[in-house]
Amino acid sequence: MTWLHFLPALLKGAEVTAIIAVVSTALGGLVAFVIGVARVEGGLIVSKIALVYIEFMRGVPLLVKFFWLYYALPLIGLSLDPITTGIVGLVLNISAYGAEVVRGGLQSVPDQQYEAARALNFSRAYTLLHISLPQAIVEMMPAFGNLAVQNLKDTALVSLISIADLTFQAQQLRNITLDSTRVFTLTLVGYFIMALALSLLVRLIEHKLRRGPAFPKAAQ
Amino acid sequence: MIYGFAYDTSSTWAYALSILPILGIGLIVTIEAAIAGFSIALVLGLIWCLLRRSRLTIVSWSTAAIVEFIRDTPLLVQLFFLYYVLPDYGVTLPAFLTGALALGLQYSAYTSEVYRGGFDAVPRGQWEAATALNLSRYKIYRDIVVPQAAPRIMPSMGNYAVSMLKETPVLSVVTVLDMLNLANMIGDRTFEYLVPLSLVGLIFPVMTTLCSFGIHALERVLPKAGLALR
Repeated sequence: MTWLHFLPALLKGAEVTAIIAVVSTALGGLVAFVIGVARVEGGLIVSKIALVYIEFMRGVPLLVKFFWLYYALPLIGLSLDPITTGIVGLVLNISAYGAEVVRGGLQSVPDQQYEAARALNFSRAYTLLHISLPQAIVEMMPAFGNLAVQNLKDTALVSLISIADLTFQAQQLRNITLDSTRVFTLTLVGYFIMALALSLLVRLIEHKLRRGPAFPKAAQ
Repeated sequence: MIYGFAYDTSSTWAYALSILPILGIGLIVTIEAAIAGFSIALVLGLIWCLLRRSRLTIVSWSTAAIVEFIRDTPLLVQLFFLYYVLPDYGVTLPAFLTGALALGLQYSAYTSEVYRGGFDAVPRGQWEAATALNLSRYKIYRDIVVPQAAPRIMPSMGNYAVSMLKETPVLSVVTVLDMLNLANMIGDRTFEYLVPLSLVGLIFPVMTTLCSFGIHALERVLPKAGLALR
């Protein structure tokens, strides 16, 4: 057995990991925006609900979420397949952390911007979509990049609810070959490469956004 | 029966109440794991940070690479690595210690950044003044840098300690009998997972919220100007 013999199975697992990471990050980012905007712009009740969601979801460990969704939820009549369970768990997790990033980003937009928007009689929705969010989103990107990498690492836990991701495949390979050193070294390297690629991608997006319409040349 | 506590499945509330002592024992293990893991992270993170500040480029660069690698790989896989690979080289540790080591290793990458931020926040002039006064490197750290960096470092360290607490359930994978593992065991025996897992899912946010209040209080109490070591 050489290193090469392990690659096909690990690559198959890495593909599952990548798909789950991408889908959960995209969905989680979307939910994060909704919750984060609700936290900042919502009225007394809406922002309190968002706060409770954020605090509760950040407080419950991800593995507990997975086990709850996987073992406990069917007992009250809702059975999800493992992949859906994994993605739902990750989305619940990342969206709570992401909502805090969105809140921080929106609050980092200078007050004058809001004052100017009000002076121009822009509606709150227009101000949010065309004034504050385009500026805030650039400030959020580094934090979102960290969250995306964190989320990629968190996907390893889906192997515990029987999804055949990279970690799951590594476990199987180890059980067959008993060559723990090589299998787990390759697995670690696999995650590392994926994380590097992901941070590079986020940096590219940030770079693109910085040249977008929210940042006219004169301001740079 | 687990740890001598029988479960009473006559009603949901009776069931929840009867398994609380069992989960309580697991909670102690969870907290112990977090304390052990964070102690390791505090020491190892400081070592990483000091090595990164080394004047030898090889040392500082390779340390940076190692820390980046640790930071970008999942705790679960690191845990499996330590759990399965160490015995192959003759190092057999109890599951609890392996788990604490994995937690400490993963979080050392985070704590080293916190140390770095804290040290960097000490103004350059302080270093220069200390050098001008001919203080030794050890004395500069002990009397000048650490007292000023400590109040900045401690709240972030507190936050990481809380996140570590939330990652300890992963140790149940390598047979550590923490709260989650016990909840699963109770579920396996009663075929009723909803109550034990929901209880675990409630105990954690309560605990982390309390810890957050503690950290905020700590932040208010700490003197901004610095914390004298002597």
